Amino acid sequence: MKERSKVFQILLFVLMCVLTVLWVYPIFMILVNALKVESAITTSTVFSLPSAEKFAGFENFAKALHSQGFLASLGYSTLITVTSVAAIILCCSMCAWYITRVKSKINNFLYYLFVFSMVVPFQMVMFTLSQTADILKLNTPYNIWIIYLGFGSGLAVFMFAGFVKSIPVEIEEAALIDGCSPLQIFFKIVVPILKPTMVSVTILQAMWVWNDYLLPTLVLDITKYKTIPMLIQHFRGSYGRVAMGPMMASIIMTIIPIVIVYILGQKHIIKGVAAGAVKG
Amino acid sequence: MEKALKKYAWIFVLPTLAAFTIGFIIPFFEGLYLSFCQFTTVGNAKFIGISNYINALGDPQFIQSAWFTICVTVVNILAINILAFALAMALTEKLKGTNFFRTIFFMPNLIGGIVLGYIWQILINGILSLCAQPLLKLNPTAGFWGIIILMCWQQIGYMMIIYIAGLQNVPDDLIEAAKIDGANDWQILWKIKIPMMMPSITICVFLTLTNSLKLFDQNLALTAGEPSHATEMLAMNIYNTFYFRAGPAWKGIGQAKSVIFSIVVILIGFLQLKSTRSKEVQA
Repeated sequence: MKERSKVFQILLFVLMCVLTVLWVYPIFMILVNALKVESAITTSTVFSLPSAEKFAGFENFAKALHSQGFLASLGYSTLITVTSVAAIILCCSMCAWYITRVKSKINNFLYYLFVFSMVVPFQMVMFTLSQTADILKLNTPYNIWIIYLGFGSGLAVFMFAGFVKSIPVEIEEAALIDGCSPLQIFFKIVVPILKPTMVSVTILQAMWVWNDYLLPTLVLDITKYKTIPMLIQHFRGSYGRVAMGPMMASIIMTIIPIVIVYILGQKHIIKGVAAGAVKG
Repeated sequence: MEKALKKYAWIFVLPTLAAFTIGFIIPFFEGLYLSFCQFTTVGNAKFIGISNYINALGDPQFIQSAWFTICVTVVNILAINILAFALAMALTEKLKGTNFFRTIFFMPNLIGGIVLGYIWQILINGILSLCAQPLLKLNPTAGFWGIIILMCWQQIGYMMIIYIAGLQNVPDDLIEAAKIDGANDWQILWKIKIPMMMPSITICVFLTLTNSLKLFDQNLALTAGEPSHATEMLAMNIYNTFYFRAGPAWKGIGQAKSVIFSIVVILIGFLQLKSTRSKEVQA
């Protein structure tokens, strides 16, 4: 019996290793092709390693950086993600705390409206939202965070409200008696307790905003501002032959920051995702 | 407490509520209204009753994309959940390197749909050309399975994490007790672990269901609906109706389609939550 389970464990381990290779291979393949010269990238040879004369070094990466506007896109994506997530964390935690603590029909209704907005597909508001954004001039990377705050608040309020419900109200009442104002109570007492949820919300929202394609495409002026997903899509959307080398180099450069952030914060990310899901 | 708080309502609620009004409430109700209008911008809407809905349901491409979406969704739910559950079982065994494996399997989830779509487009086209098959552009079968494989690659890790958290919450003494009573591994799985994990199953099925129904980015980057709209899913059909069909009628029809789409997503999501919630048990 013992022997058999040992064999089973070894088989399982080997199977996991095989799966790991399958999981990593697509990214590895893109990396290999990003190092080839343009003429050597064809559909039938994507699996072969570059030979000495086909090896391009970092030429494709340099091309993507200089002529394809990768750096600008990286900047816009970072700016939009940071401002949107910061606004969502701050505003939605405050809002969720208030509508959970102050019981009234309006607040209850608001809560369900937020929950409802989570399930509605983006296509429902796609056209009207982009027109509203145009009218209000919310169509630059500098203020698109207002749109993201509005459309992303559903999930954030829902998650924060779920956690606030589990905090005993007595702590906050004691602070009130000691003379704290509601703002002080929120920032000195509630925020520290909410920290784990804030991490979860940050991760989920950052993943969404960073990778979002359709919303910025419809809201931003594509000739002036391209986020990274828009840039990648633009490689194929534009007329003429697609520059495959710089495109693959851009894909790799898009993945690298994600992988770095992931390796640094993987414990929080995996925990945050599990916690966020259980709340749902 | 409530009294003191109420004076601060504007500072706590107003920022979120204002943005929510701009980003959701106004567009939602305006969209609802516009689905009964003919329009090309928000400014020139003309009320025309329910003819948009009739035209939407009479559009064969819309119906075809609905079927395609349903097929993708069913296969996705089964494939992703079964494989993620199996991986979660494997990675809660006493095995070397489980943390490393979890890290690797979760990683594709962080990469966005557009980027994933292109990675797999290049990879799948490579395989197809090696097998002397038509490329994705001309091959709807490959397009279908491509979307499934891509979604599995992206989502299995995420669902696996949720299932692992669920498995770790199954009390050990319950399993011990079953073993003493003579239950084998198979019985323990079906009679104890799965019933105890219904909350995780509920949430994972719900997530894969809504993700698949709403799928857009991956669809756009992998096949863009080619060949001739055969691999077009609902979200993309609506997008194309809005932005790529000539004639003043199509924006209204697109809006009507998106209302139908929303009702379907909300209804199916709600029914699914209700039906699996009813199977949840307490230890």
